[in-house]
Amino acid sequence: MTTYDDERIGELLRVLPPAPEGWVRAAQELPAARRSLDEIVARAEADLAFRQALVADLESALQLEGYEPDRRVVDELKRRFSES
Amino acid sequence: MSQLSTLSDAELVQRCREGNTDAWNELVERFSRYVYAVCTRGYRLSEEDADDVFQEVFTRVFTHLDTLRNDAALRPWIAQLTRRLCLDSITKRGREQATDEPMAEELAADLAEIDEAFTVREALATLSDTCQEMLDRFFARDQSYRTISDELDLPSGTVASRIARCLSKLRTELEGRNEGPRGSRG
Repeated sequence: MTTYDDERIGELLRVLPPAPEGWVRAAQELPAARRSLDEIVARAEADLAFRQALVADLESALQLEGYEPDRRVVDELKRRFSES
Repeated sequence: MSQLSTLSDAELVQRCREGNTDAWNELVERFSRYVYAVCTRGYRLSEEDADDVFQEVFTRVFTHLDTLRNDAALRPWIAQLTRRLCLDSITKRGREQATDEPMAEELAADLAEIDEAFTVREALATLSDTCQEMLDRFFARDQSYRTISDELDLPSGTVASRIARCLSKLRTELEGRNEGPRGSRG
């Protein structure tokens, strides 16, 4: 059985400081990023002109269409388009 | 204390699967310190590499949550995933020697301490919001009595007495866990 005195509890609480806020926020935004990715991919599959624009210049095409996807979405789209 | 913070890991996983964004936020909040500590304190990754691993861990958890067979096994799953991705990161950087003896012993000790610390955090999560904030500020965020006193507009003596009282409650909670499984979020 583990026994804890106040000093040991204090030591263990110090072991887990908060992760940087930006990292936590980015991870929490994953569902929104995934929805954004799915929407862009669905549109690219249905709209040939949009797809061609994405392949030609991904970031510019997204900006032009009003998307503000995060880095992970852009990286994933690059990966998908490079495979297709 | 939010309602979601009192859910068990299994209940939280279930809500995440249903697309509940608040549940996902709570899941990230619940495990973010643990993943961060494994990356930086355990495997001593650089901030840049730790950030990459941190995001990859939660991306995989989010993507593969449906494949988790036992919802209560969320913690060991995240632990294993984090460790594997840290090792991948080290290998990618060409620092395989980090896993050699005797550093492997040191790593094992650090990871064991991080696991123990997570158990203490789980116990802390069962206390009042006031106690959680006081102990987190003083220990995890390393704030002085003075800083806490200024930010919460409390006399320093009150801060000190609340910290002592909350530590005592946390010790009681931990002792209760040693005697039985009550209060566990697993």
